[in-house]
Amino acid sequence: MSDWSILSITTFLPLVGVLFILLVRGDDEEAKKNIRRVALITTCFTFVISLFIWGGFTYENPGFQMVEKYEWLGGAFSYHMGVDGISMLFVILTTFLMPFCILASWNSIQNRVKEYMIAFLVLETLMIGVFCALDLVLFYIFFEAGLIPMFLIIGVWGGARRVYASYKFFLYTLLGSVLMLIAIMSMYWQAGTLDIPQLMQHDFPASMQTWLWLAFFASFAVKMPMWPVHTWLPDAHVEAPTAGSVILAGILLKMGGYGFLRFSLPMFPLASEMFAPFVFTLSVVAIVYTSLVALAQEDIKKLIAYSSVAHMGYVTMGIFAMNEQGIQGALFQMLSHGIVSAALFLCVGVIYDRMHTRQISAYGGLVNIMPKYAVAFMIFTMANVGLPGTSGFVGEFLTLVGAFRANTWVALFATLGVILSAAYALYLYRRVVFGALEKESLKAMLDLNAREKVILIPLIILTIFFGVYPAPVFDVTQASVDALITNYQTAIELGTKAVVDTAGLSH
Amino acid sequence: MQAEILQFSDLAPVFPELLLAVGALVLLMVGAFGGNRSTSVVTGMCVALLAIAGLMLVVSPNYGEVFNGSFVQDAFSRYMKVLVLIGSGFAIAMSVAYARSQNFDRFEYPILILLATLGMMMMLSAGDLISMYLGLELQSLALYVVAAINRDSVRSTEAGLKYFVLGALSSGMLLYGMSFIYGFTGQIEFSAIAETLTTERASLGLVFGIVFMLAGLAFKISAVPFHMWTPDVYEGAPTPVTAFFAAAPKIAAFGMMVRVLVEALGGVLLDWQQIIVFMAIMSMALGSFAAIGQKNIKRLMAYSSIGHMGYAMVGLAAGTAVGVEGVIVYMTAYLAMTLGAFACILSMRRKGGMVEEIADLSGLSRTNLPMAILLAFIMFSLAGIPPFIGFFAKFYVFIAAVEAGLYPLAIIGILTSVVGCYYYLRVIKVMFFDEPSDEFLPMSGEMKIVLGISSAVICLFILVPGPIVEAASAAANTLF
Repeated sequence: MSDWSILSITTFLPLVGVLFILLVRGDDEEAKKNIRRVALITTCFTFVISLFIWGGFTYENPGFQMVEKYEWLGGAFSYHMGVDGISMLFVILTTFLMPFCILASWNSIQNRVKEYMIAFLVLETLMIGVFCALDLVLFYIFFEAGLIPMFLIIGVWGGARRVYASYKFFLYTLLGSVLMLIAIMSMYWQAGTLDIPQLMQHDFPASMQTWLWLAFFASFAVKMPMWPVHTWLPDAHVEAPTAGSVILAGILLKMGGYGFLRFSLPMFPLASEMFAPFVFTLSVVAIVYTSLVALAQEDIKKLIAYSSVAHMGYVTMGIFAMNEQGIQGALFQMLSHGIVSAALFLCVGVIYDRMHTRQISAYGGLVNIMPKYAVAFMIFTMANVGLPGTSGFVGEFLTLVGAFRANTWVALFATLGVILSAAYALYLYRRVVFGALEKESLKAMLDLNAREKVILIPLIILTIFFGVYPAPVFDVTQASVDALITNYQTAIELGTKAVVDTAGLSH
Repeated sequence: MQAEILQFSDLAPVFPELLLAVGALVLLMVGAFGGNRSTSVVTGMCVALLAIAGLMLVVSPNYGEVFNGSFVQDAFSRYMKVLVLIGSGFAIAMSVAYARSQNFDRFEYPILILLATLGMMMMLSAGDLISMYLGLELQSLALYVVAAINRDSVRSTEAGLKYFVLGALSSGMLLYGMSFIYGFTGQIEFSAIAETLTTERASLGLVFGIVFMLAGLAFKISAVPFHMWTPDVYEGAPTPVTAFFAAAPKIAAFGMMVRVLVEALGGVLLDWQQIIVFMAIMSMALGSFAAIGQKNIKRLMAYSSIGHMGYAMVGLAAGTAVGVEGVIVYMTAYLAMTLGAFACILSMRRKGGMVEEIADLSGLSRTNLPMAILLAFIMFSLAGIPPFIGFFAKFYVFIAAVEAGLYPLAIIGILTSVVGCYYYLRVIKVMFFDEPSDEFLPMSGEMKIVLGISSAVICLFILVPGPIVEAASAAANTLF
């Protein structure tokens, strides 16, 4: 399968769509329609192509597959692409969510449609690239360049405080990642390569691992985002257009967790072991604190944004539990959250398009006039809470089991978060959907139209399907996660032995 | 010992310089007898001469030493000279439309740039202290006049005078430092100076010399704390002159600094490294923080260039071949970004004349989308965001600093680049997020060409980095 460079094709296919969009002339309705169609076809086609990656994927192979490697930047840095069980599903998630983003912007974006669609397609290329890159410089380029289209999406098509939000988003994430760049450079001089598979084999000295881990942590913790560096996220979410929020919650946040799994654990195992309690603390604080903050929100998007931070807390907790349940659960939680939070933002978009407000107090009693919407919103709310039978349950449960094996107290406090998440999600649902329909302005609202059904129904199906039958995901991730854990434990044992040896020598 | 008689063919390494020198004199005659009518001819001929000199260097570089080692032509000087020639040639080309619209068509202008370029090429090829100083003075004297070329404008003359007084002072310091170096090593040739430096640390007198010489050089590249003239001169000088000042002279002065530090004083790295580290940190910090409050885009570019010299010095501070390679890549990126940015600034024309406020760019994405997009690319590149060339430039200098163990320098540098990002983003914000103001007049043809070429370099470097990186690597290795 790899002989036709499927990863590069998937990555750069959206850019072909950009070329077509550039060819569209004019600014009238017809041109806008064409641009939207081109964008939709491109993203759908990219999704179909990306399914071939899944089709050609060998489940038993824990290493990288469909590898492509070419000379680039004078030898030491190469263009190296490949996927393994950890990254492959993120690629699919990205290509899967993009058509929904285009559809969600179909009517709500009316000015500068051309630039908007170009920004989204470029962003898709960069996001897929992040998950496929197997060279650290290449990874960094995709990782960092993604800021540019997102900055423009928030800043140009965002809400009232868009300028503030876009600056905060850009500078916050940039500040985190530049430290990672310095770490990448020192890894280069230490290991002599920036090839990710080779770096995974390299043993970095323990003292160096600490610093490198911290630098990578600065980047991924901001991206994740973890408490206390999460403050950019609510602002960015609130101001971004619906599709921007979907991408932000669905995919950009996952880059942090992916980074921990791809770099921090396999390359700096000793430091990861050392910092695990630190990460646990931050995760638990995030879960409890941001859930409480979410309870107090008046803005629907802000509430969902804080709930995202809480859910990402489960992910970091699961990753650093460093056992099979924890990591599998974290991966599943990321994928499930990618679908569920994206769907929640799309649900908010549905009513925002009609009322142009996100204030919870402006709504109430929607169930009387929008029954279909109420059902869809309920399913996603339940998935967000982690109700058994929805995909949200599987990830949350597994991360909690993993955390319980690692540290009982962490699991105890994190479970508090489950209760709190039920509180804020159901409270939100009651205020928006239930109650009497009293507000005059709401009475004219129409239920879901065909376009919105096309968006929401596939997401409902997936949410329930993975809640009942999560095996397709675990089959993909199993081999890679096992290998990751085995390598990690070997490294820890060697590290402990080395410490014991030096202690023995000094006596 | 028998004195060798110089054959004409031995002069091959100097042919490009000879061409420029003779050409400048001939064109001066043409201009003097033809008056201002001949301006367009002289301008065209100047660009042609620069192009021919560049082609000579690219096609058949004659490496070697002439005049008993005073003049050295090697891969390093060749690469940097090509950059300088491109910078000068484009600067002249960009001035044509401006000169026509602003009544500023004097034939002296292109000739002075030609002479300044000749001086820069001498600086880059200098093999001893004397020829280095001669080249520097030839360049500086031409530049003083160019800064004040718009003599009816108070700001232009003020800029020229400021530049002259401070420039003369710095030349004096440079010369004073050189005399110390000569006094304590007994040599003026770079290679001979290097041979005398056998101890790890320099003697106190030599350190004095290095400090004074670096102070003079820092003035020429506008590194902090010798940067004060830059914003005023950038703002006061006519914009095409600013475009010229921002690119070629800095590249030449930086190249000269690299050569004298690495080739002559490489043995006492530890003595000058701390000065370079200090200046780099100060320049990066000042360039980032002071630019935040600027409203005039030329002043913004002045602070931006101070910052960029700081980043380039990060590579020099490493004092290794990798570091010099980083400096060379940085200079290439800097040239492309500066020329592109100034092509946009020179296109900020309305019916009433040129405008220079950042606020004048507001809503450019609605009125002139291609220009807005390209300027946004240039700004992202200046900020060092991938996938543009500015990122790779920073990558190469910082990787050298990390290799040399200069972690504090690298970390401070990379953090200031985040601060710097703020003001580059502001330009983009004004263009993309704000409501449109009046349209600019259409871009002239030369600007489109300059902007097109520089944006192509900025955006496409990621696809074909090979030629530039390999040439830079080869050039850097000649110094070690």
